[in-house]
Amino acid sequence: MIGGLFIYNHKGEVLISRVYRDDIGRNAVDAFRVNVIHARQQVRSPVTNIARTSFFHVKRSNIWLAAVTKQNVNAAMVFEFLYKMCDVMTAYFGKISEENIKNNFVLIYELLDEILDFGYPQNSETGALKTFITQTGIKSQSKEEQSQITSQVTGQIGWRREGIKYRRNELFLDVLESVNLLMSPQGQVLSAHVSGRVVMKSYLSGMPECKFGMNDKIVIDKQGKGGEGATGQSIAIDDCTFHQCVRLSKFDAERSISFIPPDGECELMRYRTTKDIILPFRVIPLVREVGRTKLEVKVVIKSNFKPSLLAQKIEVRIPTPLNTSGVQVICMKGKAKYKASENAIVWKIKRMAGMKESQISAEIELLPTNDKKKWARPPISMNFEVPFAPSGLKVRYLKVFEPKLNYSDHDVIKWVRYIGRSGIYETRC
Amino acid sequence: MRSVMFRFHVCAGEIFELKAELNSDKKEKKKEAVKKVIASMTVGKDVSALFPDVVNCMQTDNLELKKLVYLYLMNYAKSQPDMAIMAVNTFVKDCEDPNPLIRALAVRTMGCIRVDKITEYLCEPLRKCLKDEDPYVRKTAAVCVAKLHDINAQLVEDQGFLDTLKDLISDSNPMVVANAVAALSEIAESHPNSNLLDLNPQSINKLLTALNECTEWGQIFILDCLANYTPRDDRESQSICERVTPRLSHANSAVVLSAVKVLMKFMEMLPKDLDYYGTLLKKLAPPLVTLLSAEPELQYVALRNINLIVQKRPEILKHEMKVFFVKYNDPIYVKLEKLDIMIRLASQANIAQVLAELKEYATEVDVDFVRKAVRAIGRCAIKVEQSAERCVSTLLDLIQTKVNYVVQEAIVVIKDIFRKYPNKYESVIATLCENLDSLDEPEARAAMIWIVGEYAERIDNADELLESFLEGFHDESTQVQLQLLTAIVKLFLKKPTETQELVQQVLSLATQDSDNPDLRDRGYIYWRLLSTDPVAAKEVVLAEKPLISEETDLIEPTLLEELICHIGTLASVYHKPPSAFVEGSRGVMHKRLPAQGTECPDVGNAAGGSAPEAAPSIIPSQGDLLGDLLNLDLPAVLLPLFNTNCSSYGILYPQVWLPAMKAKGLEISGTFARRAGVIQMELVLTNKAMSVMTDFAIQFNRNSFGLAPAGPLQVLTPLGPNQTIEVSLPLSTVGPVMKMDPLNNLQRQVFLATWKDIPNDNESQFQIQDCHLNSASNKLQGSNIFTIAKRTVEGQDMLYMSIKLSNGIWVLAELKVQAGNPNYTISLKCRAPEVSQCVFQCYEAVLKN
Repeated sequence: MIGGLFIYNHKGEVLISRVYRDDIGRNAVDAFRVNVIHARQQVRSPVTNIARTSFFHVKRSNIWLAAVTKQNVNAAMVFEFLYKMCDVMTAYFGKISEENIKNNFVLIYELLDEILDFGYPQNSETGALKTFITQTGIKSQSKEEQSQITSQVTGQIGWRREGIKYRRNELFLDVLESVNLLMSPQGQVLSAHVSGRVVMKSYLSGMPECKFGMNDKIVIDKQGKGGEGATGQSIAIDDCTFHQCVRLSKFDAERSISFIPPDGECELMRYRTTKDIILPFRVIPLVREVGRTKLEVKVVIKSNFKPSLLAQKIEVRIPTPLNTSGVQVICMKGKAKYKASENAIVWKIKRMAGMKESQISAEIELLPTNDKKKWARPPISMNFEVPFAPSGLKVRYLKVFEPKLNYSDHDVIKWVRYIGRSGIYETRC
Repeated sequence: MRSVMFRFHVCAGEIFELKAELNSDKKEKKKEAVKKVIASMTVGKDVSALFPDVVNCMQTDNLELKKLVYLYLMNYAKSQPDMAIMAVNTFVKDCEDPNPLIRALAVRTMGCIRVDKITEYLCEPLRKCLKDEDPYVRKTAAVCVAKLHDINAQLVEDQGFLDTLKDLISDSNPMVVANAVAALSEIAESHPNSNLLDLNPQSINKLLTALNECTEWGQIFILDCLANYTPRDDRESQSICERVTPRLSHANSAVVLSAVKVLMKFMEMLPKDLDYYGTLLKKLAPPLVTLLSAEPELQYVALRNINLIVQKRPEILKHEMKVFFVKYNDPIYVKLEKLDIMIRLASQANIAQVLAELKEYATEVDVDFVRKAVRAIGRCAIKVEQSAERCVSTLLDLIQTKVNYVVQEAIVVIKDIFRKYPNKYESVIATLCENLDSLDEPEARAAMIWIVGEYAERIDNADELLESFLEGFHDESTQVQLQLLTAIVKLFLKKPTETQELVQQVLSLATQDSDNPDLRDRGYIYWRLLSTDPVAAKEVVLAEKPLISEETDLIEPTLLEELICHIGTLASVYHKPPSAFVEGSRGVMHKRLPAQGTECPDVGNAAGGSAPEAAPSIIPSQGDLLGDLLNLDLPAVLLPLFNTNCSSYGILYPQVWLPAMKAKGLEISGTFARRAGVIQMELVLTNKAMSVMTDFAIQFNRNSFGLAPAGPLQVLTPLGPNQTIEVSLPLSTVGPVMKMDPLNNLQRQVFLATWKDIPNDNESQFQIQDCHLNSASNKLQGSNIFTIAKRTVEGQDMLYMSIKLSNGIWVLAELKVQAGNPNYTISLKCRAPEVSQCVFQCYEAVLKN
């Protein structure tokens, strides 16, 4: 199991060091600094073995988190734990920065003591932790309160406490998708997938039983029994994963998604689709080399969705060679600029309706070089935001039952929002 | 020393101040002071001098302050064991506190204080906490047993904590169960043979129930523990699989990977024609693909594991090639791993796409990545025959880019393509030759030279090309030198008239001016071959070469099986067995997959974490292929050699002399026998590796019997994977003898004592007839039979001699020689009378020979 956990700043100074196992000595702290943080080359692996000691690290801005062990630990678990640790810290004091860590080091030690015992991760749900790890000193807890805390931390529903009350029962569902595309210069889709998340913010009283339904092909086909062309609107989900509140065995057996949600925000599910994706934009590049010192680039973007919808925050990034000396750009819409520091022409359009087209052309002057190596031509990438789910996912229902309190499904105010964003949306040129 | 002193001086003032603050009456001030102490501790300053003052702050009702003091204690208790005792009282008191959080805190911290004296005091509170009414305390106490076991294993056993821990597996609270499982698994690792976890269908059922209810981490502990279980039959295996599959949809990747591990392992037991088997295979693919959308570090772990899974069961991901395409922004470690998997998944169906991708990658920036991409193109060509042509043309395109390392890498792989498809793509040689000058890496130079030599007859200026390399012969690396030597000899054999001078030159460079023995030897061999028998030389040098195998860098099946049992763990990331990077006995237990067909009691016993083999078996990554055959215990087997008549002893059953683990997959077992008066070594060679083995040869170390092969080892056909071949090698005893003089002769007194000691029943007498010798004793000494004493009684020479068989049996002999009488009498005395007959025959053979 995890033998120790260290947090460093970008210079390699230790901010937090907590050792759980006897086989990890103080020298491990230095070994990581010397061999990884101060290493000259780029880090080639997130797992490093130095003198039979293994170091797992993740970086958040310029802070290094490293877990150390001498045993054959579950590596996936260690990384999951490090991410979780970051989440917990962010939930407590915001951004993970050197200053925040230094100011909260007592809190961090307290958290580390609680969520990692002898190197074994324990309950790390922020909701539960916040009930008893506070920085306000001792709260005089009554005996009931104490046993409530402990049963929540260890219990079956570790993510929600009892006795929550709201005047207005409300819930918000966000379907957030990122579309990933890799397209060849000829317009052939090399790979495309949507990775989506359903984020739920709930303000519900008591211990509500929820049931979530969407236009999952398997479910619709089962119910539809060859009726009314429902299949046209259903989507094939390649795979999905759920928040720990969802009863997985029930999903496996009946494909129904039922759960008692944590209070406040949680990521209910993640999913991935690869079939019938609506690609919101098409990028058509044209690069022509005119002699050795000039490039002509023309890029057309076409929006491919309902004309009534508006895409936002559109940004096209056209890479330029390293030996670029000057660029002239002409675009029909939006603003375009050559950014020498990023080796790219960045073209920004604030809004664009569906079924439209826009174009940019640029002339790139190159300095003559004797570099034999050809320019690698990185792909043209694109960013945008659209108000629909490119996978075609639709929320069909979210039912809430709370048998003990007297509010029914109808009294809950529900909001659903769809946002499609670009993930890695690239076209080779 | 000086720096420590220096630091101390700097801190002295600070410590004095802290001391004052710690003893302050104001709570706030105290707390701030402890915080400062902890801060100094974090950056590595030595604040152990404050130990008594900090411990004094322990008695407080402020939970935050208490936690800080505990943190300090955990760090320094070991260096100040006597002072640490001061804290015991508070701990014991806290374990009785009405607040469960404080009880748990006390027991948790106490376990972290690794001081022997404290552990004694820990036992009673721990016993209480293990049975506490509050689950939070119980789950903490469960882990504490593992902590205590780490400090003093004997104490834990004596106090009966292990049984209490086992009881906790049936606890009503899922988190208590999970922690108990984790603690037991850890303890079981250091006792590989104890049946601690005692996994049986009932306890498995409990674990599976808890699995649905506990936290994500608890699920990981339980799944990892389940993976150690071996179901009794395929039905049980299926029912466990059914209950584990829902975990594949968990948001936590570690839960998913651990579930995959359990499924991969238990699947081994399912019959392949079962419907469920197919369903399970289908279910495994999507979650594995989903892992690739996790954060890059987890992607890396997932990819390393997928690499194993693809080798074990390629069918799972065969349609998922696209998800392994490299993204421009992937970190380099993810890119390299994806590339590896792409090659493994490449098949005729998807090769076009793969090639297009690889070509794209070859223009990237990162040198390692580009090289690997180019190499991958070559491997695709070798793997998918239909694509070879396209691969070659892609490689040629890449050579045209003139990027130095791309060209070199391409030439290296083209050489392999030539070997795989002879007489097919030689038209590209001209293009390759153009790039001769730009090659500066030994591997690429050697590859190019090989190509020139191999196809010398088609390259008009082959002699010029090779001559150009010859100029700086001594500055080249050995690899290039050897290759150049061979290439020029090939050239000479193909075009003898024009290249005589060249070959002379290279031979003298290799033999006279080089101090590398390999090079010199090869030079001499060629020289002699060429000068004695050019036809034979041609047959040797230009012999047809065996085709190279398709899959290279596959992991050995035995190692792969073990790694599959370690999916998700570090072992699967390093692709090494745990024993390669874990110190001590912990976690180095050898795991293996269950056998299909089942109901095998042996396998059943292997469950519960008990190791099937005591010693960890690793295939060394490099080293001598054959180990050292004659360091094995041959002599014990050699005994029957003395027997001229096979039937009375029979042939010993072949023993395994060299396990596959130690010899890159070649297993050798064998025995010795005498057939028709000739000693034979009967070998059974089994190829347990993935690739074909050829070119067998055998060499004997100098041994005490002078055993040497009487002929070459006759293994004519290549040995395919999983094939077994039996050979018998005739041996002679004329090889160099390793004499062991001091070993065999006994001291006089010892001889006498031994002689008396052996009962007279064991004595046997033989006659050796027609012996005409001047000095029997000298002759015998040459055969390691030593004369210890000699006396003459009534004209008879009595020679007392001793022999030690190499399996430790002493034979004492009395040889009576009467002058003029060619018949000798010999009495043999030995504790193992059955050898006497053999020894007598040896005497006879030695004396008459």
